[in-house]
Amino acid sequence: MSNTTTAPPPAWGDPRLSAAEARSLAALCARMIPASAAHGVPGADDPLIQADIARSLGRDAQAVHDTLALLERIAGGGFAGLAAARQDAACATLRAEGGTGLTVLGRIVLQCYYRDDRVMLSLGMEPRPPFPKGHALPQGDWSLLDPVRARGRIWRDAPGGG
Amino acid sequence: MAGLPRDRWLHPAQIGSRRMTDPVDVLIIGAGASGAAVAWSLADTRMRILCLEQGDWIRPTDYPSNGRDWEARQFGDFATSPNRRARPADYPVNDANSPIKVLNFNAVGGSTILYTGHFPRLHPSDFKVRTLDGVADDWPIDYATLEPYFAGNDRMVGVSGLTGDPGFPPRHPQMPPLPLGRSGTAFAGAMNRLGWHWWPSDTALATTDYEGRAPCINLGHCTHGCAQGAKASADITYWPAALRAGVELRPNCRVREIATDAAGMATGAVYYDAEGTECFQPAHIVVLACNGVGTPRILLNSASGRFPDGLANSSGLVGRNLMFHPFAQAYGFAAEELDGYRGSPLSLWSKEFYETDPARGFLRGYTLQFLRGSGVVSEAVASTEEGRLPWGEDHHRIFRERLFNRRLRIAAVCEDLPEEHNRVTLDPVLKDAHGIPAPRIDYALSGNSIRMMEHGVARAAEILREAGATDIGTLTPTPNSGWHLLGTARMGTDPERSVVNEWGRSHDVRNLFIVDGSIFVTSGGVNPTSTIQALALYVADQMKQRLATLFD
Repeated sequence: MSNTTTAPPPAWGDPRLSAAEARSLAALCARMIPASAAHGVPGADDPLIQADIARSLGRDAQAVHDTLALLERIAGGGFAGLAAARQDAACATLRAEGGTGLTVLGRIVLQCYYRDDRVMLSLGMEPRPPFPKGHALPQGDWSLLDPVRARGRIWRDAPGGG
Repeated sequence: MAGLPRDRWLHPAQIGSRRMTDPVDVLIIGAGASGAAVAWSLADTRMRILCLEQGDWIRPTDYPSNGRDWEARQFGDFATSPNRRARPADYPVNDANSPIKVLNFNAVGGSTILYTGHFPRLHPSDFKVRTLDGVADDWPIDYATLEPYFAGNDRMVGVSGLTGDPGFPPRHPQMPPLPLGRSGTAFAGAMNRLGWHWWPSDTALATTDYEGRAPCINLGHCTHGCAQGAKASADITYWPAALRAGVELRPNCRVREIATDAAGMATGAVYYDAEGTECFQPAHIVVLACNGVGTPRILLNSASGRFPDGLANSSGLVGRNLMFHPFAQAYGFAAEELDGYRGSPLSLWSKEFYETDPARGFLRGYTLQFLRGSGVVSEAVASTEEGRLPWGEDHHRIFRERLFNRRLRIAAVCEDLPEEHNRVTLDPVLKDAHGIPAPRIDYALSGNSIRMMEHGVARAAEILREAGATDIGTLTPTPNSGWHLLGTARMGTDPERSVVNEWGRSHDVRNLFIVDGSIFVTSGGVNPTSTIQALALYVADQMKQRLATLFD
């Protein structure tokens, strides 16, 4: 019934990553959000999270392709195989030159990382959508409004009144 | 309808090879906030009423909060920008020459599908800004005239809130307010220490069972559609009642232009149906309800030999005086976790700076809106873009210790005064999927608006610091904040200075009415949906009272 688009327009780009792009992306994600034993969380290069990212390119596929291509140019090719220090140097350049494309890629990584069950649990969140369970909020103390009431009316009358 | 010349229904030259549909008494274009309200109100006349809507029904099960990808979809098929969203129902908008980008949603229910349900009314002073403050123009009607329609609309919509707000004339929300929560308590304490007004906002979210709607369960994602059905989008408030009363709603039908006859009367509309077939819908009365961008777009695209500058445009004001609400915000981070992703983002307001104080350096004023938090993905994305959340080893520690569930935001919703150079025109190049010219937006912020925003973010930052927040940031203006599309077919008594008269009828085309935000004379400093719907009910009532002489 709703108008959800089923076939991506060509301008969105090819929603599939090549094997080389997938390797670059995983290596980049590991530099962005590494695994942490202290917090008990995987890195963004985790295979499940990578699979989620690969499924989620959608409207931004072309931006991701372009940004990964830029990363490879910066790295001189083979970014995934570089030593950590050289990867960090390439990432620093990418952050300086990546512009909107890198922002978009970073958003896709974050949106997939922070909906991963393990990550949500580590934050004290239940790994579920908001509906149907919802959330509880304290009603709060409405007597906090007493000083506002005591001050009295502040709205301004006008011809035609209120 | 008695007295209407039936021969105006059939004009072979206009029909041509188009598919001809049965004539109706009233054709409403647009099924959003105002179209739904006017359809429901006119239904009791027992006229044949048809509404054409370019979008479709949206199922509650399609809303993002049903799924684990609920935050991601706000960047995709539920994005607020039609250019980004690019659903088949959407038309592109060229807003490159505007610091504020146009946001909307095209579906049955219109942009109420994608609003937060914040439901203030315009204030009494908003209708008389020329008289009170010497700026812009007075409306030809006043708050007292609209008050019964505000109240009636509140009953249809179902409003939560709290009586007794000293910042506004008396009104009586149907349901208790949304929870104050931890974030609200932090804001409240700060406002009390500063001695400034605050109050739970009127909100179109049910907090109890209301007319078949379930109460809010704090999903926290109101803006992008309420899976619970607590949010009063027009598809679940007015439309069920209007359809029961006999109104016909035809979705997936995009209107290209309004046709007129030799006498200068509207005869109906040319539209594309769900299969893309060009059709002509004859009608005695045409009502435009397409918002402050969509309505001037259709009027300008309805130019003809008789109306060379666009329909209803003898004043030259169709598309001009476009008003948004410049939306400036400050944000900071609390020491402890607050509400974060839980609960309606928007449930408190302040009217402390609403009315004019010339000492502030600007005229008119703004509402402060208090935003309780954001989702985990939204927080990570925003903090990364702001440079707060690093890549690498420190990512996890900083997110957990400084950012997650700690963001507080305050926004100043500023009154935007009308200026003729801020306008909607037809883009000479960009077109929608049906080949209809897209709207082009040319808009610049005024000095008054800039000073108002600066004042607003300074006060917001002051409140945040008082609430104990640190690492304060600001965003002035917020680019993606063009929700409120107002003023482009303003109402007035002078045909040379307005597009419609004081009850919504075109000065030029006597069977053409406009009921959406286009007819606002000034914007006020509040979200406009409540006033848009009250105006639609008022115009419908005026039509009903004048049926025998409607075209005189």
